[in-house]
Amino acid sequence: MGKTLAEKVWDAHVVRSGGGNEPDTIYIDLHLLHEVTSPQAFEGLRLAGRKLRRPDLTIATEDHNTPTADIFKPIADLTSRTQIETLRKNAEEFGVRLHSLGDAEQGIVHVVGPQLGLTQPGMTVVCGDSHTSTHGAFGALAFGIGTSEVEHVMATQTLSLKPFKTMAITIEGDLPEGSTAKDIILAIIAKIGTGGGQGYVLEYRGKAIEQLSMDGRMTICNMSIEAGARAGMIAPDETTFEYVKGRPHAPTGADWDSAVEYWKTLRTDDDAVFDAEVVLQAEDIEPFVTWGTNPGQGLPLSARVPDPQDFEDETDRVAAENALKYMDLTPGTPLKEIEVDTVFMGSCTNSRIEDLRAFASIIKGRKKADGVRVMVVPGSARVRLQAEAEGLHHVFEEFGAEWRFAGCSMCLGMNPDQLAPGERCASTSNRNFEGRQGKGGRTHLVSPVVAAATAVRGKLSSPADLPPAEPTEIGGPAQPDVTIERRSA
Amino acid sequence: MEKVITHTGIGVPLRRSNVDTDQIIPAVYLKRVSKTGFDDALFAGWRQDEEFVLNREPYSRGSVLVAGPDFGTGSSREHAVWALKDFGFRAVLAARFGDIFRGNSGKQGLVAGVVEQADIELIWKILENQPGTEVTVDLETRTVRCDTVTVPFEIDDYTRWRLMEGLDDIGLTLRHEEDITAYEARRESWRPTTLPART
Repeated sequence: MGKTLAEKVWDAHVVRSGGGNEPDTIYIDLHLLHEVTSPQAFEGLRLAGRKLRRPDLTIATEDHNTPTADIFKPIADLTSRTQIETLRKNAEEFGVRLHSLGDAEQGIVHVVGPQLGLTQPGMTVVCGDSHTSTHGAFGALAFGIGTSEVEHVMATQTLSLKPFKTMAITIEGDLPEGSTAKDIILAIIAKIGTGGGQGYVLEYRGKAIEQLSMDGRMTICNMSIEAGARAGMIAPDETTFEYVKGRPHAPTGADWDSAVEYWKTLRTDDDAVFDAEVVLQAEDIEPFVTWGTNPGQGLPLSARVPDPQDFEDETDRVAAENALKYMDLTPGTPLKEIEVDTVFMGSCTNSRIEDLRAFASIIKGRKKADGVRVMVVPGSARVRLQAEAEGLHHVFEEFGAEWRFAGCSMCLGMNPDQLAPGERCASTSNRNFEGRQGKGGRTHLVSPVVAAATAVRGKLSSPADLPPAEPTEIGGPAQPDVTIERRSA
Repeated sequence: MEKVITHTGIGVPLRRSNVDTDQIIPAVYLKRVSKTGFDDALFAGWRQDEEFVLNREPYSRGSVLVAGPDFGTGSSREHAVWALKDFGFRAVLAARFGDIFRGNSGKQGLVAGVVEQADIELIWKILENQPGTEVTVDLETRTVRCDTVTVPFEIDDYTRWRLMEGLDDIGLTLRHEEDITAYEARRESWRPTTLPART
């Protein structure tokens, strides 16, 4: 019997087999660190007198705590500053490469890895962050771990793991105009639920997935954890190879040829069997939005706020009642009539250059709704530079949006970018949990183009709901002489 | 890690599904660089409500949390486990758990036992009708006892063994360090390294 993509990558990394009863020891090719989940792990190493086994397979960035304005001033929040300083001290002591605030390679850890070419097909990638699943877009087995496991990887460059189950999620056909990768993943989570992926690695496949760019694929794999899955993967193809080629840490010369030859074998065999399979039709996928307090509580934007009484399962009904109370929503209200206070364009789900271009393409030549705060936060300093080279920042600023520096920003209430209690936000991030974006804040998860249209109308909207834009020269025409991302020789 | 074979303590009914780790401990409390001192942060949002179960005697002295399905979903923060332990919890029972949370629990000596939802409902009723009732979680027999009720719970064999022996994972792995060195010797030379840094 053939193997699935996930099984192939797993098998290539078995250091020691547990023989079925015990876990396998799995080698880790890349360990990403950030300031929040690493300090206790470094402390553990120190107390046990252990070394960091492979500093050359480890890289750190500052992202969760960092401000996205006034980044060259000392961090005002003292505990945040201590955490950042602790990372800097630890990186120095253990010889870890660190991209600090202000550095051109600083940014959200899941944006930085792929951008540097450190994320490649067939790798195992871990980080003390559940959105590590992002890197699965390259056909890597990538997943989030807790701090005890961070320490384990530091000390051994391995993890003790039982094999994951595999689930195929096939998106057949073509995605309709106006629907995006974000809508695909929100629709998947609404279908299988927040627990539907527990214990599984999801493999996304089918025509609609193959047609996506790497940025779109990363958006999908990023939110695998929101369906409860450990990881999400997409088989590497020419789109993947083209993205990796020429990046600073991509193989070159004969190494490139060997790598591509191997990467081409990284697809699920025709006779492989998945533990579970789900099929969705792309043409049914409309712009999607969440109405509740977990990412599974989502609906097409054209729908209305659901009535809890319509849920058959008691647990779902109680969850819907609690969610509507927290979200201050009335059953039957058209979703497009929900007014927002804030639009957040950013996070490891949607902060790459294509996301910013998509957002800019909708707001260009239009006016921001009165009283709505719009924040645009690039995923990395490099993405910010690229956006500015393309003139996108002029589009954002003319529209009245705040153009920020790179970081996790308003995705999670850990840095100065937070919602006030009761504030409602259309957000391109990944979690609509109670208080996630700030205590008492209310989150509706959306795609970049829905976020943009919402910023124009002041109510949840898709671009199709907007009147035509005024012609404008702001931001200029597309600049073909600027490469999509910086490439090294 | 301390050994856990059996634990008995006051049961706390938490009638909520999808209790994500942002509810267990909001991000604003993740800024500490230590592993302790998180007890006040546990369920910080919900604890502002005086009626919240952990604000009520005798539940405030509880050590076995009995929750709805999909407990511990979302963020990988191990702080969620540290906060539960700091508050005094030694076991959490639910029909389904977020994978990362369940893994983290096993590393910190917090028992995450999978109990069927019908049995959870049964235990909730007892704990609500007779506040202060103790719950015993027995790893030896993989059973939960509460008043007159005894129900089974699931936990994988390896985690159970490690909990009962109080074993440290890193030490276990390093017993086979030669296998790691051998793997590294046969790893493809073109695999990327972060050092020397290229930008």
